[in-house]
Amino acid sequence: MSQTESAPALAEGVDTPTPPVRSSTLLVRSLRLWRTRIGAVLTLILVLIALLGPLVAPHGVTEFINKPYASGSVSHTVFGTDYLGYDVLSRFLYGGRSILIIAVVSTAIGVILGVVIGLVAAYARNALDDVLMRLMDVIMAFPQIMLALVAVSLVGAKNWVIIFAIALTTAPRVARVARGAAQPVVERDFIGATEAMGLSRVRILFGELLPNILGPMMVEATLRLTYSIAVISALAFLGLSANPDAANWGIMIQKNQGALAFEPWGALLPILAIALLTMGTGLIGDGIARTAAGIDRERGE
Amino acid sequence: MRFLRGGGIVGFIIRRVLLGLVVLLLVSVIVFVSTQLLGDPARAILGRDATPDRLAALHKQLHLDSSKVGQYFHWLGGLLHGDLGTSLASSQPVTSVLGARLANSAVLVVLAAVVSVPISIAIGSYAALRRERIFDTVSSNLMLLLAALPEFVVAVLLVILLSTNVIHWLPATSPVPPGTHAWNYPSELIMPVGTLVIAVAPYVSRIMRASMIEVLESDYVEMARLKGLPERTVLIRHALPNAIGPVFQVIAINLAYLAGGVVVIESVFNYPGIGLALVDAVNNHDIPVVQALAMLIAAVYVVLNLLADVATILVTPRLRTRL
Repeated sequence: MSQTESAPALAEGVDTPTPPVRSSTLLVRSLRLWRTRIGAVLTLILVLIALLGPLVAPHGVTEFINKPYASGSVSHTVFGTDYLGYDVLSRFLYGGRSILIIAVVSTAIGVILGVVIGLVAAYARNALDDVLMRLMDVIMAFPQIMLALVAVSLVGAKNWVIIFAIALTTAPRVARVARGAAQPVVERDFIGATEAMGLSRVRILFGELLPNILGPMMVEATLRLTYSIAVISALAFLGLSANPDAANWGIMIQKNQGALAFEPWGALLPILAIALLTMGTGLIGDGIARTAAGIDRERGE
Repeated sequence: MRFLRGGGIVGFIIRRVLLGLVVLLLVSVIVFVSTQLLGDPARAILGRDATPDRLAALHKQLHLDSSKVGQYFHWLGGLLHGDLGTSLASSQPVTSVLGARLANSAVLVVLAAVVSVPISIAIGSYAALRRERIFDTVSSNLMLLLAALPEFVVAVLLVILLSTNVIHWLPATSPVPPGTHAWNYPSELIMPVGTLVIAVAPYVSRIMRASMIEVLESDYVEMARLKGLPERTVLIRHALPNAIGPVFQVIAINLAYLAGGVVVIESVFNYPGIGLALVDAVNNHDIPVVQALAMLIAAVYVVLNLLADVATILVTPRLRTRL
């Protein structure tokens, strides 16, 4: 775009600061879309299964029922028994809680860290920007699953190690997106105006910049949550967990997949659960993205 | 810090390359320090036979008798000469241990990139053009759902579909025998490559679609249309170059993800690449191999990002004024 094209637009005052959309407004409005509703229902069902499942499980996690891979009718259970002869349904109901909690905690830490770093970098526009983003590059140079894998094998498959590894690898990815979204906002006139008004940097970053990138950040947060669920269950799937026979969806898939051809429920139930959960969070993120884009469009007109 | 600014595009590229080297140097420090946590490799090799004499002898042989800083520079010097050390597990040079593995993984990644990048750019652009119509609705929703699936879930679902429960077309595992080349087993490559494509294509096509829609709604595209330019010219000369900027970053991140994220997929299919090598090396405390793989994957990431940053600047004239 040439200077001559953009200059008259600025003179006419197109770039006046629009009041930013509140996150609650964005969420409520996104629920008008069917995809967000479907996503919310899927996520809610899987979250309820993961959190309340242990309360309604018919059998204990390590309660021997019948021989391994006994069918439902033989073992008098709904979905048969697993590779250890335990009840598939009960293990499934117990198996989501740790994945979900670790995913939410680690993603939240990573997103908050990433947004702060991204905003500071975008606003700095100087050597600090370079230094911060190069530091993020150093961390990002290690793929999420690789860093988690090495951390878990160095320190052990403790929950805090997994949370640390996921948060540490989530932050730079969020920071990059936050910086990218904030850069054009920093260039806009109203930021210069707030500087002239003498607002503190903290106020400018979190009062002026953050509300303007909230849409992309909420989308990024749901996306990161989806990825965290994937990495955490993948670690369990690779056998990197404190208890290799724990009731955990990732472990269930790995251990029971050998019986897919004749007694598939032990692997199929957790596969469907992880697939529907990640699809649910993915749909919510897309619904928010569409709503934010729609609000921007209305404003533009 | 004046020297960090100015110099136009050439200055920017030189600066970016230097910064890339700094990043790699920092990565090498982190890799070295964190692998020290794996414990004494000499003790790991000797196991119960670890008499003080034999430990001292092996320490000398592995250059572990010097200071940590000395060991780091010895290792770094070796890296720069292409000497990655000796694998503790097999007593072979790391380069010969990883050579074949690297080739196998490269085959997977290159095939996945070659298939997924053009497909996803095409799907994303076309969906943006046919916004809210049937192609966009179907492809966007499908991509959205596929993007959400973890790659091992995709892999296991493919196994269920294509090699166990539904149809028996393809082998469920891809154990390329040592001494042979992965491309001699095309049927074994389909499932791992397919999984990688499904893992990457949705993300790139989603960003491409979003970027394209944003560009199509911009003032300059409207301007170009109002000037009476043919739609074809508007799309190819005005919209596509501007829309592709953000996509470079995403492609770079996804290719780097492919280079490292093959770990899970290689494990599912038992495919002998660097991912499986990394898992084995970590379990065997084979420090030189872990160090080499971490440096290698990190270097791939740094180079891809460098290329993405330069490409983004080159296609986004607006950003050049900040150089």
